[in-house]
Order: sequence, then structure tokens, then C-alpha cells
Amino acid sequence: MSVLLQLAFTFGMLSILAVGGGTAVLPEMQTLLAERFNIDHTAFVHIYSIGQLAPGPNMTMVLVFGFQLAGLLGAGVVLLAFFIPSSVLCLSMGRLWQRIGERPWRRAVQNALEPISIGLMCSGVYAVAKAAVVGPLTITLAVATFAVILLTRVNPVFMILGAGGLGALLMYFFGIH
Amino acid sequence: MPLAMNDANVTATPISNDTATTMTTPSDAHSSKDPVVVRPTLWQIFFEFLLIGAVSFGGGIVAYERILLIEKRQWLSADSFMATLAISQTMPGLNSVNLALLAGDQLRGTMGALAAALGLMLPGGAFVLVVGIAYSAGGQHPFINVLLAGIAAGATGLLASVTYTIGKRHFVQIKSLFMIVATFVLMSMFKLSLVWVLIVMVPIGLYLYRPGQQP
Repeated sequence: MSVLLQLAFTFGMLSILAVGGGTAVLPEMQTLLAERFNIDHTAFVHIYSIGQLAPGPNMTMVLVFGFQLAGLLGAGVVLLAFFIPSSVLCLSMGRLWQRIGERPWRRAVQNALEPISIGLMCSGVYAVAKAAVVGPLTITLAVATFAVILLTRVNPVFMILGAGGLGALLMYFFGIH
Repeated sequence: MPLAMNDANVTATPISNDTATTMTTPSDAHSSKDPVVVRPTLWQIFFEFLLIGAVSFGGGIVAYERILLIEKRQWLSADSFMATLAISQTMPGLNSVNLALLAGDQLRGTMGALAAALGLMLPGGAFVLVVGIAYSAGGQHPFINVLLAGIAAGATGLLASVTYTIGKRHFVQIKSLFMIVATFVLMSMFKLSLVWVLIVMVPIGLYLYRPGQQP
């Protein structure tokens, strides 16, 4: 019971703090999951990566943490806690905005939040990279994926799957790390 | 939901932006003054967003939503789409989910918002749950571990490229760069909790970008 409450509280707070999208709360999520629920950085990055392979909003991966800690009930609690607070806030404010119309301060809020959320995304890259990029092979795979996605129009999912397949092959059969 | 039943107020209040004027609400749905917008059923909303939720591998969901809302079904005008997108970006939460909520809300009220958001998240949620259960059961197998290590390296590259694409306009502006670096340092170097990072950075940002300032 206390695990469920703690999950609800943790993800409910992350929901409200997710300025500029889910990626902004990645570093905080990683820290909280390690501190409060003993999910180490490697497991965190694995589950995050599963989310990147999924269609739709890749933050649906949060429910895997709930499942690992408290089964299907935990997954349900995390899903509700992570999506309801921000959704209620967004709907309420959305209706308010449509009633009062565009105001200069809405633009100011958005302008102020944009660089903050980019800074948080940089922290997210840093946090994920620290756990995922651990040797010459993973550095190469990460940089190659980064470059190919920026330079070509190939779907990122294929790049991630390719990195996974190639990496697994080299690590498992040839012992390259 | 405190503001759930204010649809009637929307049309009763003087409106200054384009979003509200093209909105279809219960009170004007029966009048013939708005021939362009046909109110979709909840199932139509759910199904269209379910489709996006199922095919949008690799991100870019907002682009799919844009095509659906403006081109495929023409449920929103381009102007009201942009206004809705701006709100969904300003509010906390995932942009794609917020956009689905607000679009569904404009089409069918609270139930429409729910139908859109549920449809969008259902396929991916089912996917991660199935894969996640498999991972929880067999994640310690050495081959699964190296496979996920490779996938995680690729995912890092993807996250970096998304961050670069969204941020490149900001990395070259002195004010934005200051905000980005300060946020990063507080979060990753000083290890402040996210609440404190926001308590420090949001007021600074609001001051720097206050109305009348160049962004």
C-alpha cells in the first residue's frame, strides 16, 4: 500500500513539474527512482529505451516502473499519477485561455519555459548517457545514431534497433565493449 | 474538474482570438452558421488518435496530429491549431498528449479530451507493458542485457538529436544560452531537485522574457 502511495506521489509531482514535455523530468525521475525505489541507473535506461521503441508518446514507459514495483496495479497507479495532474491543469488552463484570448504574458511564459526545458533536456541527455554510454562501442553507437538521425530522414526507430542489434552482436559474440 | 461545464460561457464571453471563434460548442452546433466544422463522434476522435498512437514510431507525434487536425479531418483551422499547440507547449505534461486533450476538448468537451488522449496512449502503453513484463521476467539474460545496452546507446543518440533539433535556435542566443546552461548546471552539477531548479529559473526566465522584451 505504501509503495502505491509513494508511486502516486512521486509520479504525480513529476507530472506537474514536466515543463516542456516529459523529457524534461528524466533526470529527476532517474534520481527519485534510485533514491526511493532502488531502481538502478542501468535498469532505468533499459526501460527508457523500451519506451523509445514504442509507438506514441514514449513516456508511457513510466508504467513499466510501476509494474516492476507493484505489479499491474502499480502500473495503473503510475499511469494515472503521471498523466492526470498535468492533463487537468492543461485542460483547465486551455479553456481559460480560449475564453480570455491570447495575452502577452502567455507568450512570455512560453518563452521563459523553452530554454529551461532545453536545459533540462540537456540534463536528461547527460543522465541517460552516463548510464548508457560506458565504453568505446556504446560511444560509437550513440554518436553514429545521433549523426544519422540529424543528417538523414531515416526513422529513428530503425537506428535504435540497428544499434541494439549490432551492439548485441559485437558484445555477445565478439566480446567487444 | 472545476471548469468542465463552461462550454456555454465560451460563446457568451467576448472573444478576442481565432481559436474560440472556430470552436464548435453545444450551443452553436445546432445553428447553421458554422458549416465547415462537423462535430465528430467520440469514437471518431478515439479512433483517429488511436491510429496516430499506433503508427507514430520514432517520435514526431505533434506532426501526425497536425496532419490529422488540419488536413485529414479539418477539425481545427490552422490558426486555432497553432494557438492550441502553444498552450500545450506552455503547460506541463507531454506536448502530444496535451495537444490531443485540448483538441478533443474543443471537439467534444471533457469526453472528447479523454477519448483523444486515451486513443493516443493506448497502443504505446500496451507495447511498453508487454515488453516491460518480458524484461522484468528475463532481463538478466546476458543476451537481453547486451541487446538493451546497444538499444540504450542508440536511444541516447536519439535523445541528443531531439535536444539538438529543438535547441539549436536557442543555443546561439545569448539569453537563451544563459538560461540553458544555468538550468543544466543547477540540475546536473549542483544536483538540485527539479522543484528548486524551477523555483530559481522560472522567475529569472519570466523577468528576462517579460512582455515587451525581445525573446
